[in-house]
Amino acid sequence: MLWLDCPRCGRRPLDEFTFGGERRAVPASIEGADERDFDEVWVFENPDGITTERWFHTAGCRRWMTVRRDTARDEVVEVLEALP
Amino acid sequence: MSDYTDTLPSIRWPDARRSSYDVVIVGGGGHGLSTAYYLATRHGITNVAVLEADYIASGNTGRNTTIIRANYGIPEAIRFYQHSLELYQHLEEETGAAILHQTKGIIWLAHTETAMRTERARCLMNTACGATTVMRSPAELKELVPELDLTGGDRYPVLGGSHHVEGATARHDRVAWAFASGAARAGVDVFQHTPVTGLVREGDRVVGVQTADGPISAGVVLSAVGGRVTAMAAHAGVRLPVRTHPLHAFVTNDYAQGFSPIVASTELMCYISQTERGQMLIGAEFDSQPSYSRQSSFAALRSYAHKATRFLPFLRDLRILRTWAGICDISADYSPIMGATGVDGFLVTTGWGTWGFKAIPAGGEAMAELIATGRPPALIAPFALDRFRRDHALADQGSAGTR
Repeated sequence: MLWLDCPRCGRRPLDEFTFGGERRAVPASIEGADERDFDEVWVFENPDGITTERWFHTAGCRRWMTVRRDTARDEVVEVLEALP
Repeated sequence: MSDYTDTLPSIRWPDARRSSYDVVIVGGGGHGLSTAYYLATRHGITNVAVLEADYIASGNTGRNTTIIRANYGIPEAIRFYQHSLELYQHLEEETGAAILHQTKGIIWLAHTETAMRTERARCLMNTACGATTVMRSPAELKELVPELDLTGGDRYPVLGGSHHVEGATARHDRVAWAFASGAARAGVDVFQHTPVTGLVREGDRVVGVQTADGPISAGVVLSAVGGRVTAMAAHAGVRLPVRTHPLHAFVTNDYAQGFSPIVASTELMCYISQTERGQMLIGAEFDSQPSYSRQSSFAALRSYAHKATRFLPFLRDLRILRTWAGICDISADYSPIMGATGVDGFLVTTGWGTWGFKAIPAGGEAMAELIATGRPPALIAPFALDRFRRDHALADQGSAGTR
């Protein structure tokens, strides 16, 4: 992964961007307030496959975007301007 | 034959697989194999199988930059890694296997006053907890590393540095072979090319593992998986504060001079040492975005080379010979996760990020004691998974040598 297609600025080198972490919600199957707190604060889904995450265009338009990426190959699948 | 191959330990591979073992260890990397070794040699527990999906040390054990050090920033980590460093110093005589261990010292350069304060604090904390780390002036550093450009290419001036005197390197795959051969000699079965595809559960308990050739029952299953631990733990319903990031490294062609210490820069996040073959070995920070890809990236190599040549300009005359990447399980607090998971019969040793190689002997010794006695030894008790639930995270990112 060398480039990212910013929805506003176009194709830019990856070092212009800052990774903002995976976008996740605590699964409904997690029960109990303490377990849900632990999950929300600490756990990562860390999938070996398609993930949805946030990126910030630090050296460009300085706005957030949503990226769908395949972590198995570290390749971008889709870039969205707004939250999914 | 050469001295190099003559000193290779041979491994007794098992003829057949039992249907049940007291302990099944998933992952034949350093931590899995050392745990098996100490179970057999310290506790007499030999009905143990180690299941490796590929060949032993094919994961991060054979992909790291082989640095052994204890110059961490928090007492729990310094004590643990110092013990591991000392076990490494005696590993050759204990196992009879040549792991090419060399004490070289490791230097962490500081380029700003802020970094100088951090390194001074590190020296005090290390000394208080039993690791030998002293501050060095630029002139002293130049004496230790004549190749060093104290101006840092006019961009990163060297104001000083901490010198972790007992820092060392060892040949990584030989460490795995030393533990594998020692464990096998004591009766442990080590299986290569045996991926674990799932866990067998009975109620809330884990009672075995699934493989392509059928299940294996186990009194205890230890996940010593590197890289795909999130998926392995999910088989037991355990959720982990771990992200998996690639880390790249490369070696150059031979540098004809001896280059003894290991040199790292805390601010540039880059570390340089010489392999026993004379090549210069360079690693740096892991990729910011998680990935399971082991493809070397040009961007990473360019960035590492740029950093390293700032303060060691002789590297400009060398060429990159070989590149590779490993996938590192980075825990949320940059400390390892060892011990119980909340699920009976299922233990983990994970979150080894970029600091796993140096911990192989102490991690295995402690996990073996935990399995044998049912109680975590004091050295690793703080590193239990439930620390996150208890608000006792062990934040030590500044000592990871990476970010």
